[in-house]
Amino acid sequence: MSDDVIKAEGLTKVFNGNLVAVDHVDFNVKHGEIFGFLGPNGAGKTTTINMLITILKPTEGKASILGYDIAKQNNEVRYSIGVVPQEYTADEDLTGIENILLCADLYGISREVSKKRASELLELVELTAFKDKKVQTFSGGMRRRLELACGLINRPKVLFLDEPTLGLDVQTRAATWKYIKTLKQEFGMTLFMTTHYLEEADALCDSIAIIDHGKIIVVGTPTELKDSLGGDIITVSIQKDVDITGLIEKIEHVKEVKKENGAYRIKSENGEVTAPLIIEALRKAGHVVTRLSLTKPTLNEVYLQYTGRSMRDAEESGESLHAKRMMMARFRR
Amino acid sequence: MSEMNNVSKSKLHGIWALTNRELKKWYKAPAVFILTLIQPVIWLGLLGNALNFSSLVSPDSFKVPTITPPLSPEQLGQLGTYFQSIGDNVLQNTFGTTSYISFMAVGMIAFTALFTTMFSGMSVVWDRRLGFLNKALSTPVSRAVIILSKVLSATLRAMFQAAIILIIALPLGFQFGAAFTPINILGVFAFLFLICLGLSSLFIAINIRSTRIETPMAVMNLLNLPLTFASSAFFPIERMPPWLQSVANVNPLSYTMNGMRQLLINPVIDYSQLALQYAYVGIFAAVLTTIGIVLSWRFLNK
Repeated sequence: MSDDVIKAEGLTKVFNGNLVAVDHVDFNVKHGEIFGFLGPNGAGKTTTINMLITILKPTEGKASILGYDIAKQNNEVRYSIGVVPQEYTADEDLTGIENILLCADLYGISREVSKKRASELLELVELTAFKDKKVQTFSGGMRRRLELACGLINRPKVLFLDEPTLGLDVQTRAATWKYIKTLKQEFGMTLFMTTHYLEEADALCDSIAIIDHGKIIVVGTPTELKDSLGGDIITVSIQKDVDITGLIEKIEHVKEVKKENGAYRIKSENGEVTAPLIIEALRKAGHVVTRLSLTKPTLNEVYLQYTGRSMRDAEESGESLHAKRMMMARFRR
Repeated sequence: MSEMNNVSKSKLHGIWALTNRELKKWYKAPAVFILTLIQPVIWLGLLGNALNFSSLVSPDSFKVPTITPPLSPEQLGQLGTYFQSIGDNVLQNTFGTTSYISFMAVGMIAFTALFTTMFSGMSVVWDRRLGFLNKALSTPVSRAVIILSKVLSATLRAMFQAAIILIIALPLGFQFGAAFTPINILGVFAFLFLICLGLSSLFIAINIRSTRIETPMAVMNLLNLPLTFASSAFFPIERMPPWLQSVANVNPLSYTMNGMRQLLINPVIDYSQLALQYAYVGIFAAVLTTIGIVLSWRFLNK
C-alpha cells in the first residue's frame, strides 16, 4: 500500500447527460499534506469534492479515500472524513454547542464522548464563550469556525474544506489559515481544500492542482509550479510599434519572449540582473522604453501560464459560466 | 478502527437528533407556534359561530310578522317547541350533531394537520438551500433517516397542534357526542398520526427537488383550497352536488374527519364505517409514505 490517502482515477461527473462538470480527473493526495484544488468559480472544484465526500455519484472513473471506494464503501468513507462546506450550514435557531452535538449525533457518537470533544473543539476554535448563544448572533468568521468544529467532531483522518475563506475579511481569513495550519500540525490530518484565492493556496498548500473547465491542468508543489515558469517575468513596452522580439532574445539570461497586447513578456532566470541589460540593449538600438516591470513568479503567473488567462479574467468571464453554474446547481442533487 | 468503538452503528442513529432539531426550532419560537394556531381558531370562532344553524330553527325563527296564526299562545308555544325539535333533528341528521361548531371543529383539526405538514415540507427546501442537507448527506446517517426525521417531526407537530385546537374548541362551545369516552381520544390520535404521515411524506417528496421556496408555496396554494373544501370540513359530503361528492369521496381528509367525528361528536358509532375509515386512511398513509420515501431516497442517492 502506498501512503496515498486520496486517489482519484478518471473521476468524471456529467450532469444531465451533457454537462461535463468534472472531466477524467486523476490525482493523489499523500498522507498528512494539504492538497489544494485551485480554479475559478465553476471549474468543477465543488463537484469534485462532492463526489469525494460521497454526496454525488461519479458518472465514470473511481476514487478511494484511505483505501475505501467512494462509491461502493461510502459508509466507511463517511465515518473517516470530516467536511467543512462552502455554505454556513449551522442551524441559526440553535446554539453553537447544540449544533456541534447535532453533528456528533449524525455520526452516532455517544453523548458522553461528544460533550467532551465539543468542549475541546470549542476551545480550539475559540468559541467557548459563545457556545450557548444562538448561531444567528454569530459573525461570518465565528460561523466559519463553528463549521470547522462541526467537521472535526468525528476525529476525521481526512478533512475536506470547500472554499474555507469565501466571503471572509482579510483578518478573519488569516485567522482561518492559522486554524488550518494548527489542524495539520496537531492532528496530522490530511486536508483537501478548494479555493480560488491564489495567495491562500500558496500560503497553505503542500500540493496544488490547477483545475479549469473540469480538467486538471497541472499538479505540483507551489514551488515546483512557480519554478516551472522558468524564472522571473519582465514586461517591457516601447514607444515605437516595431517588433523587437529578436533583439531581446539575444540578451543574456533571457529564456523566452512573447508579444502580448503591445507589450513584451520576457522570461528570465535572474530578473534583477536582466532588466538593466534589456534597457541598455534597447537604448543602444535606439528604442525608448516607456514601461518596464519585474514580477517574481506567483501562482497567478502559474495560473496565467497554464490557463492562458489571469485568475481575474477567469472570474470575470464567469458571466458565461453563470448559466452553466445555475444548471449545475439545479442538477447537483 | 479504534475511533469507531464509541460510535453506534445502528441503522437508525441520528433519527431523534434530526427530528429534535426540527421540533426545537418550533418550540423555541412560541410566536410562530401561536401564529399557526390563530388561523384555525379564527375559522372556528368566526365561521363556526356565524354559521350557527341551530339559531335558524329556534322557536322565534318561524314567526312571520304579516301572518297572525289562528292559534292560542299555548298552541303557538307548542308549535315553537315542535319546530325546534324538527330543526334539531334536521341538524342531527345532516351534521351528526346539533352543534355546528363541534362539527366544524373536527374539520379544523384535520385542516391543522394539513397545514402543519405543508409548512413542515417546506423546511426541506431550506435545508437544501442552506447546505444542511449536503452536510447531513456527507455523514454516515442513513438517507432514510434524513427523510423519516422530517416526516416524524411534521407528524408530531401536527398532532400536537391538532390537540391544542380541540382544547381551544371546548370553551367555544364544542360538545362531545353521546358515544364519546376518553379512550376515543387515542383513536383520534391514531387518525391524525396516519393522515400526517401520508401528507408529510407527500409534501417532502414534492419539495425535495426544488431549490426555490416559491415552488412549494405554489404547490401549497394549489392544493390547500380544493383539499379543504372538497372534504367534509364544513359540510357533509352527502349534501354536496354529485360532482363535488365524487371528489370529496376520494379525499383522505374526508375519511379522517368523518372517522374523528364518529369518535368525538356522533351519538352512536358505526364500527363497520369506522373500520373502513381507518383502512382508507391507513392505506393512504402506507402508500404515500412508501412513495415519498422511495422518491426522496432515489433523489438523495443520485
